Amino acid sequence: MQQLADSLLQTGFLQGVPTEAGYALVIAFFAFVLLNFIMLIAGVTSWLERRVWARIQSRVGPNRVGPQGVIQWLADGIKNIMKEDIVPAEADRPLFKAAPYLAMMGFFATFAVIPFGDGLVVADLNVGVLYITAVTALVVVGILMAGWASNNKWALLGGIRSAAQIISYEIPAGIAVITVVLFTGSLSMQTIIRAQGWAPWDWFLFANPFLCIASFIFFVSALAEGNRTPFDLPEAESELVAGAFTEYSGLRNLLFFLVEWGNLYVIGALYTTMFLGGWQIPPITEQPVIQGALQFATFFAKSYFLVFVAMWIRGTLPRVRVDQLMTLCWKYLVPITFANLIGAMIWFVLFPNGLAIMRFAMFALGVAVTIYFFSRILFHLRRARPRLRLNPIS
Amino acid sequence: MEAAEIHRRLRDKLGNAVEPTLQDGDWPACEVRAAAVAEACRFLRDDPDLRFDCLSNLSAVDRKAADQIEVHYHLFSYAHRHQVVVKASSPRLDPVLPTVSNVWPIANWLEREAFDLMGVTFVNHPDLRRILMPEDWVGHPLRKDFVEPEEYHGISTRRESLLKI
Amino acid sequence: MSTAGIEIGLERETPAGLETEEMTLNMGPQHPSTHGVLRFVVKADGEVMRRAIPDIGYLHRSIEKISEKVGYHGFMPYTDRVDYVSAMQCNQGWAMACEKLASIEVPRRGEYCRVIACELGRIASHLISVGTTGMDIGAFTPFTHALRERERINNLLEELCGARLTFNYMRIGGCAWDIPPGFVKRASEFVEQFEPLIDEYNELISFNKIYVERLANVAIVPAEMAIAWNLVGPNLRGSGVKYDVRKDVPYSVYPELEFDVPVGTGERGTLGDSYDRYMVRMNEMKESCRILRQALGGIPEGPVIAKVPRTFKPPPGEVYVRVEASRGDMGWFVVSDGTAFPARTHIRTGSFSAMAIIEELSKGLMIADLVAVIASLDIVAPEVDR
Repeated sequence: MQQLADSLLQTGFLQGVPTEAGYALVIAFFAFVLLNFIMLIAGVTSWLERRVWARIQSRVGPNRVGPQGVIQWLADGIKNIMKEDIVPAEADRPLFKAAPYLAMMGFFATFAVIPFGDGLVVADLNVGVLYITAVTALVVVGILMAGWASNNKWALLGGIRSAAQIISYEIPAGIAVITVVLFTGSLSMQTIIRAQGWAPWDWFLFANPFLCIASFIFFVSALAEGNRTPFDLPEAESELVAGAFTEYSGLRNLLFFLVEWGNLYVIGALYTTMFLGGWQIPPITEQPVIQGALQFATFFAKSYFLVFVAMWIRGTLPRVRVDQLMTLCWKYLVPITFANLIGAMIWFVLFPNGLAIMRFAMFALGVAVTIYFFSRILFHLRRARPRLRLNPIS
Repeated sequence: MEAAEIHRRLRDKLGNAVEPTLQDGDWPACEVRAAAVAEACRFLRDDPDLRFDCLSNLSAVDRKAADQIEVHYHLFSYAHRHQVVVKASSPRLDPVLPTVSNVWPIANWLEREAFDLMGVTFVNHPDLRRILMPEDWVGHPLRKDFVEPEEYHGISTRRESLLKI
Repeated sequence: MSTAGIEIGLERETPAGLETEEMTLNMGPQHPSTHGVLRFVVKADGEVMRRAIPDIGYLHRSIEKISEKVGYHGFMPYTDRVDYVSAMQCNQGWAMACEKLASIEVPRRGEYCRVIACELGRIASHLISVGTTGMDIGAFTPFTHALRERERINNLLEELCGARLTFNYMRIGGCAWDIPPGFVKRASEFVEQFEPLIDEYNELISFNKIYVERLANVAIVPAEMAIAWNLVGPNLRGSGVKYDVRKDVPYSVYPELEFDVPVGTGERGTLGDSYDRYMVRMNEMKESCRILRQALGGIPEGPVIAKVPRTFKPPPGEVYVRVEASRGDMGWFVVSDGTAFPARTHIRTGSFSAMAIIEELSKGLMIADLVAVIASLDIVAPEVDR
């Protein structure tokens, strides 16, 4: 972005505009583009989630607005905007109103460093990963603020749960990220991607056992940080009504859901960046536009696969209890990831340039696990097929 | 154990507080004086040969003709798989019975229900208040002479018949 | 239902040296997981409950008083409303009580129709129960899958009696209608297709690690406690007491049919925990399939209803009839005074005692456990309040 702003100023495109204002204009433009992009992503994710979830639950899901209901999210958004924005009489008004925007900001800021392609990144910060860890913490503040300001005990419980959960799970997530940083020597997202290759065996997921373990820990912790099932305790609808968001209505409620669905994509994007080779594509073309498009598509597909996995998990698993959540974090994940980090250090000292055999072996193992998994799925599908075909109204 | 035998044992224990005849029926019933109910129930539960460990049901019946409120205790023994009814009557005007909620914990709620709907007062009950009806309800709905109030907190309980409109 | 006196008898119990502020949470009557309109006043210390005080009566319709006004025949549709999740067994309870009062013999075909209807109803009710258990602890998928199967049962019962929820199928002396042509074939098909699905549910949720962790060792009810609190049906059997009214006080044609009574085994935790109660329901569905298979195969010819006078006046007397409803042993206490209207009806239901025990069980549980306990006790609000 900086280069673009500089080049615009140099070429005289922004003639007569003061330098600061020129920068501000470029920033505002990018923010506008990104905001729309995020709305689209969150909206499409919400539609996708409802469809995937419906399919898992043998329902139909939204299929009325547009072909297969693809613009259902737009209709929902309009509906929510037109709804009355109710603020409870006893609520702390300024905090109550500010909370959704704070949560929104925290998640919106992460998109600044997500690398969609070789050049397709708003700001390739040299502390990219650290930055993300920092700004996502703003979401906690937003949710906690919402829970407190609602002046509702259920909302307060939800907010406190959320704060406790997200702060606890920052630790394993952070250590897992450090494991990756150890191998790249840089916190920059682009550098992390460039350290990997386009081929699966060049991904960090298969680089060595320690990174593989770190990837799983990161995914679990990220699910917990994004308040996703099985860690969706802050809004646990069967226990806390709607948790921290109980008192919200209309647009403010929508913003929280935007954060939730947007966060889902951020989780996928982060995981893709760190473990799945990001936007790396095979060298098939020199044409920069096609290359950029392919990179973007690759990154998008990979992160949406992870979004799909998160939805799948949501459709399958029940919710853990608060004490079990904390047990999982402090008694299992934290010790494992620290041990894992030490192991990774030893590995790095032994093989500073990686070990090709290990990479291929890990990849082969991954393929074997996938094949085994699909063979089981196929078995189940075959068993279930006659029943799936049954007309429900027979 | 046969109902006659249970009745005999109960009479041996409590003497004249138990009616001399066993009422035959679906579940044989021993009629007990109101004041002796708690003692009878405790004996029925604690005696190792009887062991009525479960109060299956507690129902109050409004016998308007006899001017009595009759309370039926349906007892069942999971240990011996036998059953008996203990019956006790109390005047309709002010029915008072000793509580059995310290014998079977479930009696707590069942007695509250009988109190709420039939107006039976259970002496020594730990928490005798209305359970199904609102706290400020007047009257006991299952009494035969209960008249539905015209309104409750301004809400009319009457409705024009839809057929007339 | 209390409006003012809920604070009676709620002295704060403060552990020595650990003085924290107790939070009073009002759960319900419009809470997503209270299965109808139940209300709990939860005294909580953070996430840990000191106690949850049930407050019932929000669904009180005075069904017992209605019976004194509408007469024996006319009361049958109201019995559906006692427990609208498994209305068939309520029908049967009322019919059996009246038949016992007037010593009416039900034709064998009628009894078979009743058994078929009741067992289908039992499967439907247990499906709701296991589905909502999943939903209450956060897994929505089992619920929709359970409802999908229940829908087919509803279709079958609709063929049988024209209604999908409040059936009004049985009459004093038998059943309202004979089974329609082709029903036996369709019902058998359903049973054959449904039975393997139970294993699939088990694979989907019952053996899921999180699911087991959430239910096992939660709210343990030892057998003595269950009996003293008059827990009935699957809740009692979950505590390891092998007692089923269909087996131990046989009624209808159940003695002719072969089935087992599943009891809790404490397979994943302690005997009598929430998981045992849940598993008993799972296994009971299998037994119901077994019963259905035999009943559908052995249905005799003949009339389905005995001749009962239109003005039904049973001789004076009192009966206490128990049927095994989906939520266990349902007691129907009917007093007749010789007129066309019952002098008194009292319905003792399984959910009532299950609701009463919650205050005792809730001590020291987490708030998230409360919904799991409500679900595992399978409390249906209309049955508590009647």
